[in-house]
Parts: sequence; structure tokens; C-alpha cells
Amino acid sequence: MTTTPAAQPKIAVRGVGKRFGDFTALGEVDLDLVANEFVTIVGPSGCGKSTLLNILAGLEEPTSGEALVDGVPVDGPSPERGVIFQQYALFPWLTVRANVEFGLRTARVPKQERRRRVDHYLELVGLSAFADKLPKTLSGGMKQRCAIARAYAADPAILLMDEPFGAVDALTRVRLQEQLLETWSQERRTVLFITHDVDEAVFLANRVVVMASGPGRIQEIVDVDLPYPRTEQVRLSPEFTALRNRVWGAVYHQGPPPASR
Amino acid sequence: MPDHPDTVLTPSASAAGVAITPTSASARPRGRRRRRPLTRAGSLGLNVLSAVAGILIWWTLAKVGFNLPTPAAVAKQAGHLLADGTLEQDAMASLRRVLIGFCLGCAVAVPVGFLMGWYPVARALIEPWVQFFRTIPPLALIPLAVVLFGIDETPKIIVIFLAAFLACVIAAFQGVVSIDRTLINAARVLGAGDLTIFRRVVIPASMPYILVGMRIGLGSSWATVVAAELIAAQEGLGHRMQSAELYYDLPTIFVGIITIGILGLLMDRVLLMAERRLTVWQERR
Repeated sequence: MTTTPAAQPKIAVRGVGKRFGDFTALGEVDLDLVANEFVTIVGPSGCGKSTLLNILAGLEEPTSGEALVDGVPVDGPSPERGVIFQQYALFPWLTVRANVEFGLRTARVPKQERRRRVDHYLELVGLSAFADKLPKTLSGGMKQRCAIARAYAADPAILLMDEPFGAVDALTRVRLQEQLLETWSQERRTVLFITHDVDEAVFLANRVVVMASGPGRIQEIVDVDLPYPRTEQVRLSPEFTALRNRVWGAVYHQGPPPASR
Repeated sequence: MPDHPDTVLTPSASAAGVAITPTSASARPRGRRRRRPLTRAGSLGLNVLSAVAGILIWWTLAKVGFNLPTPAAVAKQAGHLLADGTLEQDAMASLRRVLIGFCLGCAVAVPVGFLMGWYPVARALIEPWVQFFRTIPPLALIPLAVVLFGIDETPKIIVIFLAAFLACVIAAFQGVVSIDRTLINAARVLGAGDLTIFRRVVIPASMPYILVGMRIGLGSSWATVVAAELIAAQEGLGHRMQSAELYYDLPTIFVGIITIGILGLLMDRVLLMAERRLTVWQERR
């Protein structure tokens, strides 16, 4: 397991803070992700986890510090950093195929290559049979799989996922987690995954980052030394339970905010 | 991926559906028949029945001495006006004005509405004018338009243009303002620039709003053209009715009214069909 940051981290967050007027959403946060690492961020609402993800996506600008990708400061959104939103954000007027194709068209990928890649990723998320359907005909879980295929098809080095399974039912959520890990094991990417679900955070990640609020900051980072592929056995193992309890404790028994900032 | 999580869920969902049905049936008050939705044929039959009843009432009123032409007299007059080409010529004149004014209005309104929705500066500059003119019925501008542009086609088309423009510009503006920001962000993180976002997100997302605006605009254009022709025109349905009034020619006035109604309805249906086709992707509740 590569949990020690390499010489050149894929993502480097250096003293990143964000204020909205008088409100400090994010204190000064430092975090490194190595290439192909799967890191989850878990924390209560208002801890700035979504703000941090939006800053990495280039959708928001930090008020202090900087976010670096491959050593280069993030400046606006880029197709090399794919984002998966909680509310799917599929284009409702486009078919499943056209949604997955969207990023390939903006990248001016030739038609045949587009078709090949779209077919590949629809296969990977199990939506081949729904290629010509409109999003309104899909269930929540299928919509999110389509969004994952869309993000993957643009071939990003980094995937940023903002509570992607927050809006689906518990059983679908577990299946989506397993499927995401399967997709990730076939095609590795650096993943930063935000959730408020402790089980989900531990099940998916190499490392779990626990954040605290008021102001948003990193409370603790927990290494998850569980083998991949993560199966049901892993989920039911005592090691998993121990880690889950530890993360749970870190989330729910958070100390007072640092005295002076 | 081997399994489909969602298909796995289906059986339990349908089982729940079956379980609910008997309860709701027994909860219904006894002795009352369930309200069934009308079949297509049934609803059409009732439509025809209603129309026939209306014509019969009209006929009776005409016979018992109200000062009305009978439906037969109106039909006969319609036959005359059709045979000598007057009706066609008038209808075409009115339709041409509406279509020119309406198309120009929409063509200008959509980009202006987009500008207002996208750029706060454009909105601040344009919105006062739109709001001001919206409070004035287009008809109230006819006297001004006649004085400025004479009594030929120009003043009528300008007034119709304004009617269509005002309805449509608000709709296009609302359409842009209501776009889900997440969709724009989703396009941006997929590498889309401003032009692509405009073409592939803003236009389709605001299409339902624009089509509603166009329907309202077409309705008010049609109302405006007839009124404009009543005031000053040499041809057109409004003009025909106006001159029939001078000769106390009630059948011709009725023919005019009915033609206006039918043409307005047809135009609305055409736009409604376009709307249905262009917005099938919408989730309807």
C-alpha cells in the first residue's frame, strides 16, 4: 500500500483556506495525494469538505494558499480533473450515450474513437442496454453510474467525487461502492471522494481524512490497511469494524477548534 | 459489470405495489363508482357533442328573435366569401402580418433574453425598458405607430413585433436564469468553453421556457393583429369585420370571428406540437 507521499504528489493542498465574508469555511488545510491513491474525506456538514473539492476542481478559488496538481497551481476547471456531483448533473436533453460522449466532443476526439470509448465505459458501468435512453427514464443509481462513465470517458487523471452516492438508497449505495472499486481497480485514477458516511469512507479508501468544522480543518488521517478487492468479507471483518470505530470516534468526538488562528 | 443493482430492486418494489392496491380499494367510500379517465374516443365524442349543442343553442336564440344571424346564414356567407376569394385573401393578409411580426419578435427576443440572463450588465441596461413596455398593451401604441409610419404594413408589423418580443424576451431571460448551476459546472469540468456551454447547455436548458414564451407571444400577436386591422387597414380579417359593421352585415362579422378563432387555435396547436417534440426530455410530474 502506498500511503507515504512520493517526491511529487499528484495533488498537493498547501495551506488552502476559504472565507465567505466573515465566515471561514476552510481554515488552512494541507493534504497530499499520491498518484492512483483513493482518499476519502469524511466529516460533519459545514466542515468545508465540499469547498475543498470545489477548489481542487477549479470551480472555486481559495482565499489563501494554493492547490497544486502535478506541481502546477489549479487555475479553473480542466478535463483532467473529472468531477462527479451528488445530484448526478446529467444533461437531461441528451441520451445516456450523448452524456458520456460530452467530454469527448469538447476534446474533439474523432467520431469512431468516441464511439469506441463510450461503448467501453457504458459496458464498464453496465449501462450498454440503456445507451439510447434519456436520463429521466433511469433510476438514481443508474444515473450516477452514467455520471461515472461520463467522468471516466473524458480520461481524467483525477476523479473528484462529491457525495456521489448520497441520494440513493442503502442497498444501491453498497452496490455502487463495490462497482466503483471494481472500475477503479481496472482503470486506476487518483480519487478524492467526499462522504458523510463513515462505513463508505473506510470501505473505499486507502486513507480516510477526517475533517472537523468551525473552521473547517483536518482532524485526523487514518490509513486503511485492508486488502483490495474489498469484498463483503472485508466489510464484515473485525479489522474493518475496528477502523470504522476509530474513524467514527474521530468524526463524532471532535475536540474544540484550535484556540487561536 | 456483472450485476445491475437496480434490476435487483425491482421485484420488491413491484411486490410493494401489489400489496398497496387492495388497501386503497377498501378505503374507498362504498357505493360510489370509481372515476375512470375518459378514453380518447370518448373525450372526442363529448367535444363534438358540446359543439353541436352550442350551435343548436345559437340557432334557437336566432330563431326566437335575438338579433343574430342563423348558423345557416353564416355558413352561406362563409361559402360566398370563400368562393370569391375574399376570405382567403383576408386570412392570408392577417396571417402574413402575424408571422412576419412574430418571427422577427422571437428572433430578436431570444438573443436579447440570453444576453440579459447571462450578463448582469446587459440585464441592468435592458430590463427597465422591457418592464416599462410590458405594462403598455401593444394596442395602445397603434395610434403612435400610425402617426409615425402611416397606415400601410409597417405600423401593424411593428406593433405585432413588440407583442411577440415582450412575451418571448421575458421567457428566454427566465430560461437562462433558471438553469441549474450544477449543469454548467458539469460542462465546465468536462472541458467546455463559454461557446460550447451556450450552444450545448444554455440553449437546450432554456428551450422549454422559450417555447412557452412563444406560445404566449403568438396568442398576443394574433389578438393584436386583428385589433390593429380594426383601426387601420385595407385588407385582413379585422378590416373585413370593420367594413361589415358599416353595412350591418352580421354574417360576415360572424365569419370573421370564427375564422380568427380557428386560425388562432391551429397556430397554437402547431406550437404545442413543436413544444412536445422539443422537450420530451423533461421530467413531467
